Amino acid sequence: MDKKSFTPQSHIRNFSIIAHIDHGKSTLADRLIQLCGGLTMREMKEQVLDSMEIERERGITIKAQTVRLEYKAKNGETYELNLIDTPGHVDFAYEVNRSLAACEGSLLVVDATQGVEAQTLANVYQAIEVDHEIIPVLNKTDLPASEPERVRQQIEDVIGLDASGALEISAKTGVGVDAVLEAIVERLPPPHGEVDKPLKALLVDSWYDAYLGVVVLVRIIDGALRKGQRIKLMSTGASYQVDTVGIFRPKKEMRDALGPGEIGFFTASIKQVADTRVGDTVTDERKPTEEALPGFKPAQPVVFCGLFPVDASDFEDLREAVAKLRLNDASFSYEMETSAALGFGFRCGFLGLLHLEIIRERLEREFNIELITTAPSVVYEIYLTDGKMLELHNPADMPDVQKIEHIEEPWIEASILVPDEFLGAVLKLCEDRRGRQKTLTYAGSRAMVVYALPLNEVVFDFYDRLKSVTRGYASFDYNITGYEDGDLVKMSILVNDEPVDALSVIVSRSRAEARGRAMVERLKDLIPRHLFKIPVQAAIGGKVIARETISAMRKDVTAKCYGGDITRKRKLLEKQKAGKKKMRSFGRVDIPQEAFIAALKMDAD
Amino acid sequence: MSEAALIETETTAPFGVYVHWPFCLAKCPYCDFNSHVRHGGLSGEDQARFRDAYLTELAGFAARTGRRPVTSVFFGGGTPSLMAAETVGAILDEIGRLWGYGEDPEITLEANPTSVEAGRFSGYRAAGVNRLSIGIQALNDPDLKALGRQHTAKEALAALDIAKQRFDRISFDLIYGRQGQSEAEWEAELKEALGYAADHLSLYQLTIEPGTAFQALYEAGKLKMPSGERAERLYAITQELCERAGLPAYEVSNHARPGSESRHNLIYWRAHDYAGIGPGAHARITEGGTRAALSAIRNPEAWLDAVEAKGSGLEAEEKLSRAETADEYLLMGLRLSEGISRHRLEALSGTPLPDRTLAALMREGLLFCGEDSIKATAQGRMVLDRLILELSA
Repeated sequence: MDKKSFTPQSHIRNFSIIAHIDHGKSTLADRLIQLCGGLTMREMKEQVLDSMEIERERGITIKAQTVRLEYKAKNGETYELNLIDTPGHVDFAYEVNRSLAACEGSLLVVDATQGVEAQTLANVYQAIEVDHEIIPVLNKTDLPASEPERVRQQIEDVIGLDASGALEISAKTGVGVDAVLEAIVERLPPPHGEVDKPLKALLVDSWYDAYLGVVVLVRIIDGALRKGQRIKLMSTGASYQVDTVGIFRPKKEMRDALGPGEIGFFTASIKQVADTRVGDTVTDERKPTEEALPGFKPAQPVVFCGLFPVDASDFEDLREAVAKLRLNDASFSYEMETSAALGFGFRCGFLGLLHLEIIRERLEREFNIELITTAPSVVYEIYLTDGKMLELHNPADMPDVQKIEHIEEPWIEASILVPDEFLGAVLKLCEDRRGRQKTLTYAGSRAMVVYALPLNEVVFDFYDRLKSVTRGYASFDYNITGYEDGDLVKMSILVNDEPVDALSVIVSRSRAEARGRAMVERLKDLIPRHLFKIPVQAAIGGKVIARETISAMRKDVTAKCYGGDITRKRKLLEKQKAGKKKMRSFGRVDIPQEAFIAALKMDAD
Repeated sequence: MSEAALIETETTAPFGVYVHWPFCLAKCPYCDFNSHVRHGGLSGEDQARFRDAYLTELAGFAARTGRRPVTSVFFGGGTPSLMAAETVGAILDEIGRLWGYGEDPEITLEANPTSVEAGRFSGYRAAGVNRLSIGIQALNDPDLKALGRQHTAKEALAALDIAKQRFDRISFDLIYGRQGQSEAEWEAELKEALGYAADHLSLYQLTIEPGTAFQALYEAGKLKMPSGERAERLYAITQELCERAGLPAYEVSNHARPGSESRHNLIYWRAHDYAGIGPGAHARITEGGTRAALSAIRNPEAWLDAVEAKGSGLEAEEKLSRAETADEYLLMGLRLSEGISRHRLEALSGTPLPDRTLAALMREGLLFCGEDSIKATAQGRMVLDRLILELSA
């Protein structure tokens, strides 16, 4: 294919849309596609991600999707517009970052009835970091409750963007959408790649397709990607021969090649999604580029938890299921784990809590496996007295205290946007979780507070608590800032004098007693009475720091049992037996499965 | 002992016939039995139709079991004391014709202690009933009213007196753990009751059964039940007083002078065979080494139509597995003070009882294991449902 037949870069615009959930991203995307005569994003979702039920249900995007639009501008020229739809959640911050890096600009969509949210902020800052030109778009201006002026001011105050050129639209009715397309052409810069240089392309995302194998989404920076070409992935050095090249409209359309500035996909008989890493650089095998693209980092799970089948006989099914999920999600990791309490299962790593929840839900729904989830844990760096460093994913693997020199834990910077009236509650929550306030600013009647927080105080129920103390009015986002020294200890829980490994947690010494107390109190309510009394203790090392006793059952006997209808009694017994089977037995104590998660929820006020 | 014998095929084993009369003049708010209110009772014509249907059902059961001596008959309900004595007589005669009676059969009829019903006691005696079980429930009028009873305490005691003139064997029921009942009040009431007791007493702690008026009240927070601790003390008081009066518990809620236990109810608790006649009645019949669980249509008119049209009112028949048969034996047998035979239980289920569980339960003083017998201790009987779950799970 001749170089000249590539779309000239002056006629290419690559952009993404930044928006908070429900602020109208999908609706606007649909409108843009419609105006350019393509399939709607919703139709596309049904084609591309048919199985991602949870994704659609929750209104979030996990895999990047892209669509190429042909737009005939007012100046009479036809432009190639590439829209990348990015994951909108903090768990996938790195994926967002790479998707943004594949574009030159973005649309910042803000609901004119709601204003800027924390999640929007984090993504906007990312876009600014990769030098995006940003077009503010005020959506839902057709609604009576919309306050475009206030929101315009807020964009300037909170984000620091010039909002004088913000477009006022209604994605729902279509009013103003044509101006958005025009602004994309007029205001966003074109790409500046060099076609004569060796191939240099950014690996934006990849997924498994039942027919094509691994499909890789790329943005060509320099050079060209052609069918039949031998390419190399720079982080691993693995090389492949390109089988197919194409673009999404959003239906797949095959091409012979992709030129500089273009966004499209290729397949190359790559076996596993795990072989293709988001952010990697794709280059020519024989004539490689000298320098890889900056910013690549391999996916790093930050939250770990154990997943165990409720029914031990489901273990093999679970093994198959996690392997299948891993095929299409390289950021999720797993290894076998054996728990005295829960039997065989897997220790799994996730990008964050939402990621954890999605995987767990998929395992339960798509593979029909009932699961017990143990307390999420972060990755601790344990510095040993012999100078070695150990990454700890599981409290059960904590080395002997004598061998530990010190422990470091991950910290985050959390941004919380909250209406005034709930600010006090939010500050208290953050302080209780060992937070350090960094900034507190106001934008109208809303406060924007930034806290440094240990991730282990956040992974479990921080978000639930935040929602509950602010009645759902706060928005929250975070990014990991690094590791800090922490005075951390392993707290064990003993039920009937036996340690229950699945309940042990690593906690800050200053919070240990309060958490231990809360946990044993919670367990006292969660474990039903037995025929004997059961002590429940929290201990650090050999020292018990909290204790409760579940008293023995006093009376449990059917008074009247005659008349010959034994069937009913027997059916009841069978039901009780099934219920007992679902619990986990420790010695003679049955612990209901919900106890493993519920016991760890703190502050249940 | 052969396995078959353990399950029961020997014709020498006790065999009972349960007759369910499903009609009541009013529904008691605690009762979840299959009872249907027919104000003023059944007309003579209707009663004749039902009688004929009962006779048809008896013949159906007899055809399945073959001829074996009936050792007990129990008329339960509902309110069987609403039956005409002639109907009772016709059923008892038919049982004798179809199976024949064993030596000294026990023929019990449940009666409500109203003056009208007491008037029928002589007729029942003449028809062959030799034991009366009277639903007295409480000895004071406010509580009787709260329990939805149609009689006063005075009326009940008068009926009991009449019964004593006609019958040698009499039992009566009381319900305790009633709303607002203090331990002292129950103690006084039970002492009074023991003064009237003949040879048998059924003392039931009030339980909230699904679908009853009491359940609705309880869920609405309008009926307070005693706490576990209080229930335990009430039960303990009951055991102690009855034992002192010479009527020890032979089952969780049943007390008798030794030798006067209800032979019919022992059939259920010892897992022997029984036929079940009438709407909603249940039966257990052993055939070819397997136990069958049978039950009849609950609605009286629907049952009647089925019997008249098809010759049977049976609705469901289930062949019990070995595990189910064993569970029923465990479930019922441990209610008795005498307990169960470990050998029989293990032969039924085909699996040995878990030794570690047995040892732990013995250590906790909840279970007693003899050479072959397994019994719940007094303390164990208090938490029997859980104990059974531990043993069977």
